[in-house]
Amino acid sequence: MELGVLDIVKWFELSNEKIQQNKDYLTSLDRPIGDGDHGINMARGYQETVNKINTVDYAEPSAVLKDAAMVLLSKVGGASGPLYGTAFLKMSVAVKGMVVLNLRTLTGGLAAALAGIKQRGKSELGEKTMIDIWGPVVDYFTKGEISSAGLMEIVSSALETSKETMATKGRAAYFKEKSIGHLDPGSASSFYIFEALAEVIKEKE
Amino acid sequence: MDYVGIVLVSHSPKLVEGLLDIIRQVIHDVPIEIAGGTNEMEIGTSVEKIMSAITAANTGKGVLVFYDLGSAKMNAEVALEMLDSIQVKIIDAPLVEGAYVAAVESNMGKSLDKVYETVIREF
Ligand SMILES: Nc1ncnc2c1ncn2[C@@H]1O[C@H](COP(=O)(O)OP(=O)(O)OP(=O)(O)O)[C@@H](O)[C@H]1O
Ligand SMILES: [Mg+2]
Repeated sequence: MELGVLDIVKWFELSNEKIQQNKDYLTSLDRPIGDGDHGINMARGYQETVNKINTVDYAEPSAVLKDAAMVLLSKVGGASGPLYGTAFLKMSVAVKGMVVLNLRTLTGGLAAALAGIKQRGKSELGEKTMIDIWGPVVDYFTKGEISSAGLMEIVSSALETSKETMATKGRAAYFKEKSIGHLDPGSASSFYIFEALAEVIKEKE
Repeated sequence: MDYVGIVLVSHSPKLVEGLLDIIRQVIHDVPIEIAGGTNEMEIGTSVEKIMSAITAANTGKGVLVFYDLGSAKMNAEVALEMLDSIQVKIIDAPLVEGAYVAAVESNMGKSLDKVYETVIREF
């Protein structure tokens, strides 16, 4: 498997389509345990990201990731802005200078992104945040063999597991036990992002 | 005299406008800038606003940043990383009382570290 500039652009385009389609759903997840803006934040940020990266001819995936990061940082407006922005910025740095990403370098990039989210959010796995999706995904990639179907299995079960945990970070943490049984909005948007990545990878299978 | 600058970050523009009014009743010379709401003036925070506020509040003695919740702190940290030429400290302290104490301390001409320490000790 090798992903080039066009594949990474495609990743953001597909993510954007899913986020736009599920904008109201993401917002509805954020209402009971948050401030009800996650779908609005993500739809705005991803649309602007796609608008930006469609106007540039990129030489390498790192440059796409960097532009996406900068747009998300400035346009999202909620916690997910600095979190996803930092994630893609760290990923961009990790894969700098590579014209295509293979499994090993993509894994390195995703691991750097996860480290960025943890650092920015001062959080770890199991706190009912998007890390509950990114963590298992990075573990899966690190095993050294992936498939689009396998990736979908991992993210689906990660989302279910996270649903039953109690939030200890972010707005949802104020709801304590009441957050149990609710899906975390940021984990749901990360689910769409990896569903989109699985579709990009499927094209290569 | 130069003063340590103060930046007030909040999800709500009104919240920090009001806080600035309270402080300005007493402290006139300390540079205090606000970064409230998103670029569209909706509820949220904006890295760009925080960066411009920090730049405007800096007179060379550094800037102390107060925040309300959640993404306000994360965005303040992003702003701090992007502005590496300015001495910036983000402080974990109550927004209203903390900023008030900091303004009074800064007005006495204290350094960034001294203002920071005093506020931390106070709460
Ligand atoms: N400290 C954190 N660490 C990791 N992820 C977090 C953290 N805080 C929030 N999140 C993630 O961000 C998502 C919320 O994103 P959203 O865009 O709705 O921001 P928000 O919480 O409304 O931001 P704000 O802090 O401005 O109120 C959560 O569902 C969670 O997955
Ligand atoms: Mg929210």
